[in-house]
Amino acid sequence: MSHKLPEEIAEQAREYLAKYVVRKDELKPKERINIPSQEMPAQDPIERGKNLKEVTLGFTAEQARLEAMRCLQCVKNTCVADCPVGIDIPGFIKQIADGDFQGAVDIIKQTSLLPSICGRVCPQESQCQEHCKVGAALKDVDKGVAIGRLERFVADWERASGNVKVPNVKPSTGKKVAVVGSGPAGLVVAADVRREGHNVTIFEAFHKMGGVMRYGIPEFRLPNDIIDQEIDTLRKMGVEFQTNFVVGRTRKLTDLINKDGFDAVFVGTGAGLPYFMGIEGENLVGVFSANEYLTRANLMRAFDKDNSNTPIYSSRNVAVLGGGNVAMDAARMALRLGAEKVYVIYRRTENEMPARKEEIEHAKEEGIEFHFLQNAKRIIGDEDGRVIAMECLRYELGEPDSSGRRRPVEVPNSEFKIIVDTVLVSIGNGSNPLISQTTPEMVVNKWGNIIVDETQKSSVEKIYAGGDIVLGAATVILAMGEGRRAAAAINEQLEKELNKNADL
Amino acid sequence: MSKILHKKQLSQDVFLMRLEAPLIAEERKAGQFIILQTDEDLGERIPLTIADADVNEGSITIIFQVVGKSTKDLSQFNEGDNLPVLVGPLGTPTHIENFGTVVCVGGGIGVAPLHPIAQSLKAAGNNVIIIIGARNKELIILEEEMKSIADEFIVCTDDGSYGRKGLVTEPLKEICERENKPEMAIAIGPPIMMKFCSETTRPYKVFTQVSLNTIMVDGTGMCGGCRVNVGGEVKFVCVDGPEFDGHKVDFDNMMSRLKSYKEFEKKKDHACNMEAEIAKKEAVK
Repeated sequence: MSHKLPEEIAEQAREYLAKYVVRKDELKPKERINIPSQEMPAQDPIERGKNLKEVTLGFTAEQARLEAMRCLQCVKNTCVADCPVGIDIPGFIKQIADGDFQGAVDIIKQTSLLPSICGRVCPQESQCQEHCKVGAALKDVDKGVAIGRLERFVADWERASGNVKVPNVKPSTGKKVAVVGSGPAGLVVAADVRREGHNVTIFEAFHKMGGVMRYGIPEFRLPNDIIDQEIDTLRKMGVEFQTNFVVGRTRKLTDLINKDGFDAVFVGTGAGLPYFMGIEGENLVGVFSANEYLTRANLMRAFDKDNSNTPIYSSRNVAVLGGGNVAMDAARMALRLGAEKVYVIYRRTENEMPARKEEIEHAKEEGIEFHFLQNAKRIIGDEDGRVIAMECLRYELGEPDSSGRRRPVEVPNSEFKIIVDTVLVSIGNGSNPLISQTTPEMVVNKWGNIIVDETQKSSVEKIYAGGDIVLGAATVILAMGEGRRAAAAINEQLEKELNKNADL
Repeated sequence: MSKILHKKQLSQDVFLMRLEAPLIAEERKAGQFIILQTDEDLGERIPLTIADADVNEGSITIIFQVVGKSTKDLSQFNEGDNLPVLVGPLGTPTHIENFGTVVCVGGGIGVAPLHPIAQSLKAAGNNVIIIIGARNKELIILEEEMKSIADEFIVCTDDGSYGRKGLVTEPLKEICERENKPEMAIAIGPPIMMKFCSETTRPYKVFTQVSLNTIMVDGTGMCGGCRVNVGGEVKFVCVDGPEFDGHKVDFDNMMSRLKSYKEFEKKKDHACNMEAEIAKKEAVK
């Protein structure tokens, strides 16, 4: 994919829009399908490798309207079925096509609270967009209607207008709900529960709110301003925040109910201990989990080398192990921190990579090298215990495994070495052990994930859970979907309690 | 935010601070630590063991040594100032029971985290032998506090400027050679001191617990920066520790990992000394 100048993209969109807009309501499906799918304007690939500014610039208004006109407004809207929060996708897209951006925002916000975030980080190609009929007609999922980019466009438009609507909050019920963790699941629970008039306090272990969206996802993909904005909306709704508070340690989980008078608790503590490969040399200096590397760079601002007190390793040649979004973020962050060569080592092929397609494309444009069907065998250090090289093995694809992906099988005697000084391990996380360690009555599975029923309720009375602590490492939108379900169950529990009191 | 209630300089580079932290004071147990930052945006997360707590006052005590830019920044805070970030208590508490005779060995600043552990062991009915050591007399801390807990008390300095001349491993070895050898040893101090204490007790099969202070970021089991090799397994100091069986810890690997950011720290320290020099010159003007 070659990089097109944003001005060029905008100019083309203006021309096309002028052509189609006059007949926008009479366009035949075939004509709609033939409207060129809109390319996301982005910073120059070389330039952006040196800064932390957001890579993608967002659609122009003309682009958004054109892209929206591509939507066939299918009666059987399969796109909605695969959205974890069930956004009325054809509905909001119609508003954009008509130029009513506020109308579009209002529709999205009926079901999704954080569109500017979802529009940026959702894996649309395997959710809503996967089933788009336009993409099917063009035999290319990437040519389907760019639902996420449209969602982002209207959310950004609302933010830029300075009139972000604060959702209505019902009169106070006097009930208190604690939300543990301020990641995507927690924020959704806070908003949904607060809307019903219950008091909500969010407890966050770090000094800043946002969970993985703050410490994990880099600024170049999700700017901090956007997270701040969402937090600010919650604050305006009356949600309270308690940072530097580790539930389980600063206060036991059950004490929140038994001593502090919370009527319900939602646990959204997220991913935990990073997995390592279990290979020789993994504790050498220069081997980091992607979590640690990204937390230093993002939350602790180590990218600001002159001013931050938190150090980050200086690297020339970096190997990233893994093929998910976190691996892409770590690789691209290493580049921005000054690495000369960054290799992504993945033991399957590009088709099996769990990362968002757009991130893979962007990483390639930026010069990240992908080594497929390879994996680390051991990491080699010098006499001071610092990484100097890595030995890899080649793989080939065999039979499909339990995940449906073809299992990589190692090719015997295929060892070879690459010269690296840094290895970033990004092969997933176990569950966060803090809650289960300090709450023995909580039932967890063998991986430490909290076991919940279909309403997200845990084995402990009045305690609900959702997001990565239940799912294992998943996505922002799945966490939000779980949060939404938990909030509904919490609201129902509290309403029952209120009605019971009223009956007495 | 946490207010500094009291600050005292214990030796040239060692400071004691009492911080307002009612919830931490209430929940903390021996062996646990806190993380603090001197600046919410640009500060580093500094893990420090809790040396003492006062539930009535709602305070905890920390003792730290200035070793780089971040601890230097911390030493410049004064009574009445607020620390922007303080979180805890973190880590798994020390397992305390009546073991019989326990020998507690503290090296340098390591005496601070040892203090609450020795206190708890005494309270649980143990016969507590305490050995504290430092490079010289000036660097001995909490002598009176430790003496008041101990059933038997030994002070050593490397240069002989106070107490017995020599390393803490010497009296430790003698104690292990006694007919009634101790049931357990706890060693807290610089990594090299913990390593040699563990080597000292190994031939006598005296279980030796050490408290590790590794590189750490979140302190809640998310980043894996604090990992150590214990008995061939990867363990995370922040949630599995900070205390481990000293006979199983790979100290050499841990010590090399502690030097991960040597270059960065040198640069920061240099910049920070330059700033101080410039400030001095400005002041003279």
